[in-house]
Amino acid sequence: MHSLRGSTAIVGAADTAVGKVPDLSATELCVDAALRALADAGIGKDEVDGLVTCQSMAEPHMYHAEMIAEYLQIFPKYCVTASAGGGTTISVIRNAAAAIAAGVCETVLISMADSLRSGLTRDQAMAMQSSTGHRQFEIPYGPTVPAYYALIARAHMDRFGTTPEQLAAVAVSARSYASDRPGAQMTETITINDVLESRMIADPLHLLDCSLVSDGGAAVVLTSAANAGNFRGKPIFLLGMGEGHSHEHISQAKDLSTSAAVQSGQEAFAMAGLMPTDIDAAQIYDCFTPVVLIELEDLGFCKKGEGGTFIESGASALGGELPMNTNGGLLSYCHPGNPGTMFGLTEAVYQLRGESGPRQVPGAETALVHGQGGIMSSHATLILGQEQVL
Amino acid sequence: MNKHEGKFLPSPDPVTLPYWEACKRRELLLQECSGCGAVQFYPRTICVSCSAVELNWVQASGFGTVVSWTVARLPVSPAYADDVPYVIALIELDEGPVMMAQIIGCEPESVQTGMPVDVCFEDWTDDITMPNFRARTNSGA
Repeated sequence: MHSLRGSTAIVGAADTAVGKVPDLSATELCVDAALRALADAGIGKDEVDGLVTCQSMAEPHMYHAEMIAEYLQIFPKYCVTASAGGGTTISVIRNAAAAIAAGVCETVLISMADSLRSGLTRDQAMAMQSSTGHRQFEIPYGPTVPAYYALIARAHMDRFGTTPEQLAAVAVSARSYASDRPGAQMTETITINDVLESRMIADPLHLLDCSLVSDGGAAVVLTSAANAGNFRGKPIFLLGMGEGHSHEHISQAKDLSTSAAVQSGQEAFAMAGLMPTDIDAAQIYDCFTPVVLIELEDLGFCKKGEGGTFIESGASALGGELPMNTNGGLLSYCHPGNPGTMFGLTEAVYQLRGESGPRQVPGAETALVHGQGGIMSSHATLILGQEQVL
Repeated sequence: MNKHEGKFLPSPDPVTLPYWEACKRRELLLQECSGCGAVQFYPRTICVSCSAVELNWVQASGFGTVVSWTVARLPVSPAYADDVPYVIALIELDEGPVMMAQIIGCEPESVQTGMPVDVCFEDWTDDITMPNFRARTNSGA
């Protein structure tokens, strides 16, 4: 089988303004992200022959990617809408990489945005997000999204002795990076106590264990390795990709405290020819704090059950064993829903180009991005690297 | 006014209708494969174990154990506001399958993982009766 290792590279990356962006609709944010990424790549829209977007909750459209292509007046031969977020983002990027490697297209613009904060009411956002539950056998009981993830947190605490303080340490680490990320939605430094004293949302998850509700978008330009030298910036190569899917509804999960990140991580590391200890910076999907601990364990960054002590040790800080979520993540930078994983991806690119300013991991040559969606259901892992790692 | 007004009511379909009809009779039904004998929840047209299509309805004991739980302090929609705080739990039935439900009739803080529970039923509308769970007493009453 033909490996996708090193066959494509990201040659443009950009974020829109994030947080509260009431002057731009979800569609306009998607277009804005696209234009920014093209500008970053130093190309015009006519040099793109593929387009990938994700479905918007604020402005859903049955043919979303086609609608964005029409808006931009580009006429791609590869045009795909990711139906959801989380791991789906990396899944569609892998598909785009495979399409490029197969010669279906040459240069794909991947732009994702939504307007959850300004484009929906709070009740609409709540109802929309909790609709991931089973219509007959979960949703009637009234679970919120934090409640679904609280079931996972509780299981991890019961099984491994994980503490609320260890969950809180994930949020504190994220906020510490966000304070160095210009434009982040939340920048005020927080302590473990601040997290524990914030309002309980779904025991054991406090308000500050939960990610944000945001507006925003991000985009990248993906092209073939052969073409990667023809752009303005330093190309960042896709080295490894993997996926794992274990269930959709949390009540059908075979194991609440171990996820399909095990499969997605193993596949991605095997393709990249790397080990967890080889990763210089990681962007780990952090919709809720317990998710991060489980993903770190399942991806092999620490032993199973030791995610809490790993984070408590300071491993995720700059200078630590695994600088993680260096833009502040979904917990503190922004979380507009389906596009969430894109911000981890653009941050990984900035890190590998050495453009992350005060939050830069010195000499970062490899980065890992992990996304998950559903309720710990659908996992996908992407490993990126500079040219010299090829 | 019905206190369940505006909640997200289940819409029974041809496959799940026997389950919901049984709830009205205070019975909790599971599906059993006539081929391999596997017992499953939620109801489907096929056996999750062997994909056979011949499934029988069997009555569950109604006994189970709390696998995980949380207390929702924030309602999912205004229709659930009067219920706050409410316990959302995953219950492993004695027959094996896991289902989501609320645990009612106790202080939310008294719920524990591993706690034995048994099913109880609450009429939400003329058509929908929801199965929930409550702490099992030692007498089994």
